[in-house]
Amino acid sequence: MLKRLVVHRNLLSHFVLLPLGLLWVYPFVWMLSASFKSVQELFDINNVWKLIPSTWHYDNYVRAWTEANFSGYFLNTVIVTVSTVILVLIITSTCGYALGRYNFPGKKVLMALIIATIFIPSGYTIIPIFDLMKRLGLLNTLMSVILAETGGGHVLYILLFTGFFAGLPRELEESARIDGATFNQIFWNIMLPLSAPIIATVAIFQFMASWNAFFNPLVFTLGRPELRTLGVGMFAFTGEYTFDWTGATAAASISLIPVIVIFICFQRHFINNVAGAIKG
Amino acid sequence: MKPEYAAAVLLEPKAKKANSLWCQIYEHRWCYLFLVPMLIMFSAFTIWPIFASGYFALFDWNGIGWPEKFVGLANFKELIKDKLFWNAFKNTYLFALTQTAVKLPIALLIAILLNNRKLRSASFYRTLFFLPVVTTTAIIGIIFTFILNPYNGALNNILKGIGLINQPLDWLGVGDLAFLMVVLVGSWQRIGQYMVYWLAGLQSVPEELYEAGKVDGANAWQVFRHITFPLLKPIAAVILLFGIVHALRVFDLVMTMTGGGPNFATDMMGTYVYRTAFTSESGMPRMSYASAAGLLFGLSLVVVAILQSGITKKIKDIRQGQGV
Repeated sequence: MLKRLVVHRNLLSHFVLLPLGLLWVYPFVWMLSASFKSVQELFDINNVWKLIPSTWHYDNYVRAWTEANFSGYFLNTVIVTVSTVILVLIITSTCGYALGRYNFPGKKVLMALIIATIFIPSGYTIIPIFDLMKRLGLLNTLMSVILAETGGGHVLYILLFTGFFAGLPRELEESARIDGATFNQIFWNIMLPLSAPIIATVAIFQFMASWNAFFNPLVFTLGRPELRTLGVGMFAFTGEYTFDWTGATAAASISLIPVIVIFICFQRHFINNVAGAIKG
Repeated sequence: MKPEYAAAVLLEPKAKKANSLWCQIYEHRWCYLFLVPMLIMFSAFTIWPIFASGYFALFDWNGIGWPEKFVGLANFKELIKDKLFWNAFKNTYLFALTQTAVKLPIALLIAILLNNRKLRSASFYRTLFFLPVVTTTAIIGIIFTFILNPYNGALNNILKGIGLINQPLDWLGVGDLAFLMVVLVGSWQRIGQYMVYWLAGLQSVPEELYEAGKVDGANAWQVFRHITFPLLKPIAAVILLFGIVHALRVFDLVMTMTGGGPNFATDMMGTYVYRTAFTSESGMPRMSYASAAGLLFGLSLVVVAILQSGITKKIKDIRQGQGV
C-alpha cells in the first residue's frame, strides 16, 4: 500500500517535471537542429516538429567558422577567459592569504572596505572605466576586456580564500620557516597547492563569468570588430546577416557547447557552490 | 589561551618587542606586497570609477580629452525631466519585480518536487533545469529572437499547428507583450539557480517533520502550508532579495532580444546608459549625461542594498533567537 503510494507520488512528479524539462531543453535542441538544417527545411512550416534534419548541412558550421569569423571570436574568447581566470586567481589568492593568516596593521579597515563593495552596484560605472582604458591607450585591445573583467569586485572569491587559509594549522608555516623557507616560498610551494579546492571553485565560476561576458567585451571592442568575443560576435552577426538563421544557430552552438560540456563535467561541484552562496 | 600557545609566545621575545607601528608594518612587508595586485585593481575599477562618475556628471563632456565645460547640476536637472530616463528607471524595477514573481514560485515548485529521495531521476532533472544558468545570456537572447520571430518563429508555428492561434503573433514587436517575453525568457534562464537555492533551504527541513505530518494525515498542500513554508521563511527572504537585486542588473538579455524596443517599451537602465554613452542614435555620445544617469540609478540600488542588508540582519537575529 505504502509502496503504491510512493510510485503514485513519483508519477505525479514526473507528470509536472517532464513537460517542464522539455520546455527547458527545447531551445537548445532547436538551436542544434536548426544549425544542421538547410534554410528551406528550417522555414518549412509543415516541419516544425521535425527536429532531426533530413540532410545534414555541416556547411553552416563552415560558414560560421570561416566567413563570419567565429574562429577569430572563439580564439578571442579563449584568450580573454584564460587570462582573466589566471589573473583573478593570482589576485584573490594572494589577497586571501595575507588576510587569512596575518594580523597586519590596517587589516580590519581593508576587510571592511572589501565587504562594503558588495553594496556598490557594478556596471553603472562603465564610463570612468572606459575613460581610464582610453587614457592608458588600451581601448580596442583584448587587454582592456581582460582588465575590465578582472577588475570587477571578487569579494566572494577573496572571502573563500581568506576563510580557507585562516583554517589551516599554524604548524605548517612554523616548520617550513625552520627549514628556511621564505614568505614567498611558503605561499607558492605549500599554501597555494593546499588550496586546490578553492582554486577549482574560483576557476569554474570565473570561467563561466568570462566566457559569458557581454557588456565589457561589447563596449571595449566597439572600434575593432576583429576583437569581438563570441557573445558580441553573435550580436553583430545577427545585426548584419538577419536572414542567415542556420549560420547563426551554428555560431551559437559553437559558442555554447564549450560551457555546456564544462558544466556537465563539473556539475556537482558547480551546483554545490551555488547552493553554498545562499547558505553562507 | 591554550597553555602551549602561551609558552610559544613567551619563547619568542621578538614578537613581543615589535610593537611599534613601523616595526609591525615592516615585519608584515610581505603581506602588503601580496595585497598590491588586489589594491591596484580595486582602486582602478571600484574606487576611482565611483568618484569619477560623480566628477564627470558635473560637466558637459562627450568623452574626448578631459571634461572642461563645468555645468554643475545641469545634467541632473535635465535627467529629472527626461521621460526616457524615468521610463528606463521604472522598467528596470518593474522587470526585477515581475521576473522575481515568476521565477521564485516556479523554482520553488520544482525544488519541492525534486526534494524527494525516492525520485531517482531528481539529479537528471536538476541538471536540465540548471543548464540555461551556465550559458551565455546574450546568445540565449538571440536564440529567442529566432524562436519568437513573427514570420518563421518556432513558437508561432507550433501554436498554429496545435490550433491555439490563427494569426502569427509579433511577440517582440508589441510593447507589453515584448516586456512579458523578456521577463519570461529571463525567468526561464534563471529558474535553475533559484531552484538550487530553494533546494538548499528545503534540505535544512528535517525529514521527520514531513513524516510526522503525513502520519497525522496532512495532504501535500497542508504539509507545505504548515510545515515547509514556516521553516523556509527566513531563507525565503534572502532568496527574494537576491532575486530582485540580481534582476536589477539586466542588460545582456534586453540588448540582444529587443534592444530596448519596441518604442522603448523594454528599455532598461543598462540599455539607456549604453545608448546615451556609446552610440550616436540620439545625436552625439553624451558621456557626462550617461554618468549622471548611472550615478542616480546606482544610488537607488545602494538604497535597495542597504535595505537588503538590514532585512537580512534582522532575519539572522530572529534565526539566532529561535536557535535555528
